[in-house]
Amino acid sequence: MNDVLIILFAANGFDKGAQGLAGAGRRLAGESGGSLRAVVLGEGAETLAQEVARVADAVVVADQAELSEYQPETYLNALAQVCRESKPRAVLLGNDTYSQELTPRLAHRLGGSAAGDGVEVRVDGDALRVGRQVYGGKAHAVLELKKSPAVVWLRARSFAPAAPRETSGDVTRAALDIQADTRTRVVERRREAGGESRLEEARVIVSGGRGIGGPEGFETELRPLAELLGAQLAASRAACDAGWVPPTWQVGQTGKKVTPELYLAVAITGASQHMAGISEAKTIAAINTDPDAPIFKHSRFGIVEDYRKVVPLLREKLKRVLGAGF
Amino acid sequence: MNILVCLKQILDPEVPARDFRVDAARREAEQGSANLVTNIFCENALETALQLRERAGGATITVLSYGRPTAEDSLRKALAMKADAAALVLDEGEGTPDPLNVARVLAAAIKRLGAFDLVMTGREAGDWGAGQTGGLLAEELGLPCVSFVDGIEVEGGRLRLRRQTDTGWELFEATPPVVVTVTNDEHNVPRIPKVRDVMMSYRQPLTKLTPADLGLAADGNDYYEVAELSIPQKETRCDFAGGDTLDEKVEAFARHVVEVTRGM
Repeated sequence: MNDVLIILFAANGFDKGAQGLAGAGRRLAGESGGSLRAVVLGEGAETLAQEVARVADAVVVADQAELSEYQPETYLNALAQVCRESKPRAVLLGNDTYSQELTPRLAHRLGGSAAGDGVEVRVDGDALRVGRQVYGGKAHAVLELKKSPAVVWLRARSFAPAAPRETSGDVTRAALDIQADTRTRVVERRREAGGESRLEEARVIVSGGRGIGGPEGFETELRPLAELLGAQLAASRAACDAGWVPPTWQVGQTGKKVTPELYLAVAITGASQHMAGISEAKTIAAINTDPDAPIFKHSRFGIVEDYRKVVPLLREKLKRVLGAGF
Repeated sequence: MNILVCLKQILDPEVPARDFRVDAARREAEQGSANLVTNIFCENALETALQLRERAGGATITVLSYGRPTAEDSLRKALAMKADAAALVLDEGEGTPDPLNVARVLAAAIKRLGAFDLVMTGREAGDWGAGQTGGLLAEELGLPCVSFVDGIEVEGGRLRLRRQTDTGWELFEATPPVVVTVTNDEHNVPRIPKVRDVMMSYRQPLTKLTPADLGLAADGNDYYEVAELSIPQKETRCDFAGGDTLDEKVEAFARHVVEVTRGM
C-alpha cells in the first residue's frame, strides 16, 4: 500500500500543527501514489474528524471509552491496530509530547523504521527520506528509512497546510480490541501558568536567556513587554534549568520548536542548541551586551546594550506608537 | 530496587559552530579538537537515579554504555558520581549504529546484567538527537515506557513518575519494571564528582562485553542509514541599531519592531 496515515489528537484540535501535518501527508501521498488517511484519537475526536475530512480521503475516529484521554500503552496498542489494518506506507505525527513518545515504539511494533523532528519528508524510489537537524542544529542530515512503514514525527508547523478537497473524505469509527494496560497510568495532569496558549502557535515571542539574571527580570521587564506586543514568553534552556521559569517555556533543540513572525531574543547568546528551536522563525531580533554573540548572526536587527536599559525605554516607545491605532 | 542507567558518550555539543566540521563522505562529524563527554540527558538520568537512591535507600545503580573504548571514561565518571557498577559493550563496527541496533545491544546487555526495576535513558543525545533509544529499548524488553520524566518517587512497590509535557506536566503511577527517558529540570543538574573519586573510579571493576558475547551478529544498519550530512550555510546580516544616545538606539530598534509586527 502507498497510503499515508496521519495521527491527530482531539485535544489539540485542528491547529497549525495538525494543518501542517495534513499538508505534509497530502504531498507525500501524492508522491507515493496513495491516499491520505487520518486517525483521530481521544474525547471529541468526532468533531475534529469532520474538519480533517475536508483535507483527507478517509478519517478514522478512535474515541471509545478506553481512549478518552491519553495513556501511552493504551494509545500505542490502539494505533498499532489501526496501522495493521490500513497498512500505510508512511505514518506521520506532529511534534507534541505524545507524538514524540509514540513514534519509535509504533515503528517497532509495525516492523518499520522511525525518525523524528523531520523538516522534510519525501519518497525516493523505494525508500523514504527524512531531512532533519542534527548536532544541535549545527548540521543537516538526510536519513533513509529502510523498513516499512516509515513512522515519522515532523516539525509540523513549518509545513504548508493542505488545500480542502471538493468532497469530504469518509469518516468511520474504529472498533478496536483494547485491554486497559495498568502497568503505567496518568493519575494527574496539570497545565502550567502560560501553558494555556501554546508557544508553538504564537506569532510574536519574547524570550529571555541566562543574561536576564533571575526570575524578576522575566516578571518586571519581559512580561510587560510581551503583553504590549501580544506576545508569548519563552526562555532558553539555561533560564529554565536555573528554575527561573517553568520548563514549558524552553525553546531549543530539546524544548519547543517555534515558528513565530517575530522572535525577540533578550540576553540570549544563541548557542546552536537554542537556534535549533527557532530556525523557522520569520524574523529574529536580539538585545545583547555582547556584539559578538552568535544570536546576532541570525538576527535581522539588534541592539548592543544591557536589556535592563533597553526594555523599559522600548516599552515606552512602543506604547506611544502602538497606542496610536496599532 | 535495581536501577540501570544507559549512558552515551558523544562529541561535546558545546563546541562552537565555527569549529564544527563534518566528513560528508563518511557522513560523520569530525572530532577535531572537541572533547568527548557524557550526553547531558544521560547524566540527568543518572542524577535522578542517585537522588532516588539517597531518598529511598537500598537501591543499586548500574550504568551501561554501548560505544567506543573511550566510552569507558563516561562510565568511570558515573562510578565517581557513585554508581555501584558499570558495564561497557564495545562497538567494534564501522560507522554509527542506527537506533534499532543500539536498542538491541542494550537490551541484550541488560538481560545479561540482571533483573532491573527501572531502566533509564536520556530523552535524546546531543549528537544525532534521534530520541529513540528509550522507546525502542522498552519494546525490545517488552516493558512499558514513560518519556520526558524529571522526577521519580518510590511509593510502596510502585513508582510515581513526573514528566514534562508541552503545556505542563503529568503524574504517572507505574508498576516496575518500567523504562523511562529523562529530561532536564532544575532538580536533576548532574553533580560534579570529586577529583579523588574520579581517580579511585579507575580502580573499580568494569565489565566489558562485545556484541558477539551477547550473541549478536554485527549486522549493518537495516533501520536507517544517513544518506547525507552537511553544514547549512545561512547567515543573516544584522542591522544594528545605531545612534549617539541610548534613546536614539532604542528608537531605531523600536521602529524595526513596529515594522515587523505591523506587517503580520
